Amino acid sequence: MAKETATSELLTDEDRLGLLRFMVLMRAVEERGLSLYKQGKIPGSFYAGRGQEAISVGAAWALAGADPICSPLIRDLGAHLVRGTDLVELFRHYMGRENALSGGREGNVHFGDRTHGVVGMVSMLPDMMVVAVGLAMAFRMQGAARCALTFFGDGATSRGDWHEAMNWAGLDRLPVVLVLENNQLAYSTPTARQYAVDPVERAAGYGIAAVTIDGNDVEAVFEATHAARERALAGDGPTLIEAMTMRMLGHGAHDDARYVSPELLATWAARDPVECYAAAAEARGVDVAALRAEVEADVEAAATEALAAPMPDPATATRGVFCDGEPEPLGEGLVRWSGLLPAKVAA
Amino acid sequence: MAAATYLQAISDGLREQMRADERVFVMGEDVGAFGGAFKVTDGFVAEFGPERVRDTPIAEAAIVGTAVGSALAGLRPVCEMQFADFVACGFDQLVNVAGKMHYRLGLAVPIVVRLPSGGGFSGGPFHSQSPEAWFMHAPGLRVVAPSTPEDAKGLLIAAIRDPNPVVFLEHKHLYRRVKGEVPEGIYETPMTARIAREGSDLTVIAYGAMVHAALEATEQLDGASVEVLDLRSLAPLDADAILASVTKTSKVLIVDEANETCAPGAQVAALIAEHAFEQLDGPVRRLATPDVPIPFSPPLEQAVIPSVERIRDACRDLLDH
Repeated sequence: MAKETATSELLTDEDRLGLLRFMVLMRAVEERGLSLYKQGKIPGSFYAGRGQEAISVGAAWALAGADPICSPLIRDLGAHLVRGTDLVELFRHYMGRENALSGGREGNVHFGDRTHGVVGMVSMLPDMMVVAVGLAMAFRMQGAARCALTFFGDGATSRGDWHEAMNWAGLDRLPVVLVLENNQLAYSTPTARQYAVDPVERAAGYGIAAVTIDGNDVEAVFEATHAARERALAGDGPTLIEAMTMRMLGHGAHDDARYVSPELLATWAARDPVECYAAAAEARGVDVAALRAEVEADVEAAATEALAAPMPDPATATRGVFCDGEPEPLGEGLVRWSGLLPAKVAA
Repeated sequence: MAAATYLQAISDGLREQMRADERVFVMGEDVGAFGGAFKVTDGFVAEFGPERVRDTPIAEAAIVGTAVGSALAGLRPVCEMQFADFVACGFDQLVNVAGKMHYRLGLAVPIVVRLPSGGGFSGGPFHSQSPEAWFMHAPGLRVVAPSTPEDAKGLLIAAIRDPNPVVFLEHKHLYRRVKGEVPEGIYETPMTARIAREGSDLTVIAYGAMVHAALEATEQLDGASVEVLDLRSLAPLDADAILASVTKTSKVLIVDEANETCAPGAQVAALIAEHAFEQLDGPVRRLATPDVPIPFSPPLEQAVIPSVERIRDACRDLLDH
């Protein structure tokens, strides 16, 4: 109950409506994406974050526009949406059509809208965690009141880059927020075969503060990220947030995940982050059905528009390997949290 | 113009670019108070302070990866691998993160990774490698390998100013052995080939330390007029200069210190075979380090790295053809 009190002090009802809207949006986009994949409209495979919507939406909600995300992973579409990624461009990207996000050079959630301060992920995990630490190092050198936020999974904590990033960030107490999405599976490998000591305990060995939270509770994720950001900006160093959750689908659309016990999935289905939060909203009097209908209409309109977009010109396949002008700086994301909105600050 | 060693020239280029552009900073293992394993950054902490001359943990992946992040934040990092060999530990960050980022995301990554490379002084298998070919094969990376002090300074400045990731191979065996006139102030050396000596009977193509071996081997060669082409840049390769020289002389020897298979010279040979076959009066000859690790003991090391004598013999064979 104490947690709810603290949370309610930070979030307005409008924030709550926004958090719900973006979780519903993430799920609707991914459900539409999955159907487009099954229809053969999306090449490759399709990766969704079903059951993990609260983490990317809640974490991105706490950031200022100048705080880059480096990077949202394949379960973190919500972070892209919160930052302001355009839905039509997103569907064009998914389908390998001409688009402003990747030009067809990338697929699935391997993109980042640089104009909104999002750096796209690579498949080697947690490579981008190291890059996020570099952003934080630069912010320190520049004397900027900014922090970087990075996502990684339980499996990524086994690789050497995790150790190098943790050590580097801890050593210089850099302004970086480290969000570990513990969804209990790295493809088919459970955490029991990934590590002997939970990453949240290992964080202490790097001098990094760590907290374990319910990753299916969007307000808990927001609150932990907000606190971690405050610590980072105050010069108190990085925070590891371990958000406990469950991957509810296969690794990708090609994977039926028969290696996961149905009982475990049933337990987590009862804690579905979107449905639980929707129920709470309904109890407050929110017309959730209307909200869902609006979101689904937006998604359908975007998908329809994207389906009419042309495929990329094959002549562009060899272009753009090198930058031949001035580097474009990372832009800023949309500010969502009421506590950071200009009107609120002015008031 | 003032005379400087290859090492001093690299140091000067870095210092001048740091003075000119406050976004530029260096990081690496022992580059701060110690001044770097080879003293390239000697005195830098006193002038620029520890924020811009950063001693790092022994973490090559993080050196490259944090350089990428700081470049995305608008800085211009210059990373030092203590030895070129150690870049293998940072390979993924360089090849998969830095090299592909502009193509995938439209984000430029202006970083320089300095690699003290090459053998010739009993460094053994882990302090003697010439890993340039690894990076020529990775899209999105520029790879340069100067042979003279003047080019070392100018190419380093060009690398720092380039908006792309640049792998800068500085040959350890040239650090204090090679001295030459170096222009003062800031200048950029283009990432193109340079004719180190003009000639008309035969072209020897080389880069880095092998340029000096090639010049020595062909200085007095039975009266033959031998052209030596210094590639300077391996990615991009200066195809025009290579083909022009071969067209002029009709005979070519390509020398690599790198291991033979898929070495830079292999790409140069393929280029010549494809585009200058009709101009050749003999086979394309190559000399390279065989596909072995670089051994420690002097006679073993000398047995594998192309020597002045072997270059001379190969030139004679070609001239007699």
